[in-house]
Amino acid sequence: MPVTAQKGFDVEKLRSDFPLLQTSMNGKPIAFLDSAASSQKPARVIEAMDTYYREKHANVHRGVYQLSQEATTAYENARELVRDFINAPSAREVIFVRGCTEGINLVASSFGRRFLDEGSEVLISAMEHHSNIVPWQMACEDRGAKLKVIPVNDAGELQMDEFERLLTDKVKIVALTHVSNTLGTINPVREIIEKAHAKNIPVLIDGAQAVPHMQVDVQELDVDFYAFSGHKVYGPTGIGVLYGKEEWLNALPPYQGGGEMIETVTFEKTTYNELPHKFEAGTPDIAGAIGLGAAIEYVRSVGYEGIHAHEMELLHYAARQLQEVEGIRFIGTAREKASVISFLVEGIHPYDLGTILDKLGVAVRTGHHCTQPLMERYCIPGTVRASLAFYNNKTDIDRLVEGVKRAVAMLR
Amino acid sequence: MTINEIQDEIIDEFSLFSDWMEKYEYIIDLGKHLPLIDEQYKDEEHLIKGCQSQVWLHAGLNGDKVAFTADSDAVITKGIIALLVRVLSNQPAEEVARADLYFIDRIGLKEHLSPTRSNGLLSMVKQMKLYGVALHAKN
Ligand SMILES: Cc1ncc(COP(=O)(O)O)c(C=O)c1O
Repeated sequence: MPVTAQKGFDVEKLRSDFPLLQTSMNGKPIAFLDSAASSQKPARVIEAMDTYYREKHANVHRGVYQLSQEATTAYENARELVRDFINAPSAREVIFVRGCTEGINLVASSFGRRFLDEGSEVLISAMEHHSNIVPWQMACEDRGAKLKVIPVNDAGELQMDEFERLLTDKVKIVALTHVSNTLGTINPVREIIEKAHAKNIPVLIDGAQAVPHMQVDVQELDVDFYAFSGHKVYGPTGIGVLYGKEEWLNALPPYQGGGEMIETVTFEKTTYNELPHKFEAGTPDIAGAIGLGAAIEYVRSVGYEGIHAHEMELLHYAARQLQEVEGIRFIGTAREKASVISFLVEGIHPYDLGTILDKLGVAVRTGHHCTQPLMERYCIPGTVRASLAFYNNKTDIDRLVEGVKRAVAMLR
Repeated sequence: MTINEIQDEIIDEFSLFSDWMEKYEYIIDLGKHLPLIDEQYKDEEHLIKGCQSQVWLHAGLNGDKVAFTADSDAVITKGIIALLVRVLSNQPAEEVARADLYFIDRIGLKEHLSPTRSNGLLSMVKQMKLYGVALHAKN
């Protein structure tokens, strides 16, 4: 079915919402195919932040004067937008953080201090981003716990039989990516959460690469913790979200100390503020939260149905076209995939390919994509990754394919 | 020839290229054809790890001059290495240590030596100069 059949989804019109897509790179109109690293921003997001700074800025939760009240309202309104976006039961369960990385660090650190000890295990997977590996490694090291890893098969899917084998009573938490940033694999997180819950084990999902492509409903998933970054879902950098079930968040000690997160402070003892403020020490990224709120409104106005249909059509188109390149090898061929396409061309280093593509105005990512253990799993130095957003069009793909062919001709 | 004479020569050569394609084709050609390092030195000890590409560097003494050989797993990186080796190899250690590598900028390849590029080249240049300093001190 052609994308145009999607009601109201007009990619050319949507592209015009993104100022950066109108610019050039190395003298050529930019073909931006690196949205998994960070997506571009619609004018609405930029304007919302601009307006905030021009007309509404004051610190939040602190002043009795009108301006501070307005800023607080705008900030809390953004939290409500996020709550509704992921269908969290309560805004108390929505914590603003710096990004997905900080969200995971928060849980790893606070959960680790309370629940990990010698002999306990944390279960992650072989396709995790470094930001869902290292915080757990640090927590395990601290507590004398062990990190266990669910392996992936050649197609880049989790080995579910291994998962079940590794899900022993020693496991205190499962931390897993929803969608792989390198392979595009969409993991069966609902099934995994169900199986973990059957053993009373909580699950954290790294949603950095899921939220830009699909509707996430934390209640439907029944997930305990869910983290994502604003900048990958058309919002600003510096803001992200950690969702946590209230009972879990209440059970965790605070992550950082400072203003905002306290109720009373004396030198003898401090009592902590209630959720979500307990986890938001210091002045938050108010403008970022407002920008994220605007991004969420924007994405919802575009609609996930249209986004999904368009991205899938582009993904399949790209795979078909790239197939023509002699010696191409796709890394990550899972049945369930988001619009990420990672590949290598025989005898050609990803760095060389990426360098020539850059000269041609095509922005792709090359290297290990912060998933070094995964690269080792496939015995490769890295990949070339094109990651597609709903604002990409067939011209972008054609330029990628032409660019790859031209680079291959130069490099062979 | 001195380091600067070689640099000027390279700048002259590159001025003949009319666009980036020709320039890169030349660099790729350099990268493809030069056997740059003895296999025995392509080991962990001589490895300079970059996020994007890797570089191996070996420094030997040739009289009072430093002889560099190097290699990379990426062809473009290797081509640029060939240029750097041409400039810095078989020069007095003292000259290597204080060389100002202006040619990279002048031939429009500065981006490859930027810290954000993470291809091992910048670390390689630092390493080459350190060898220069060390060998000069030793002599
Ligand atoms: C799967 C995954 N998890 C976590 C992150 C980290 O996100 P951030 O750097 O925005 O904190 C990324 C970003 O690349 C990612 O792709």
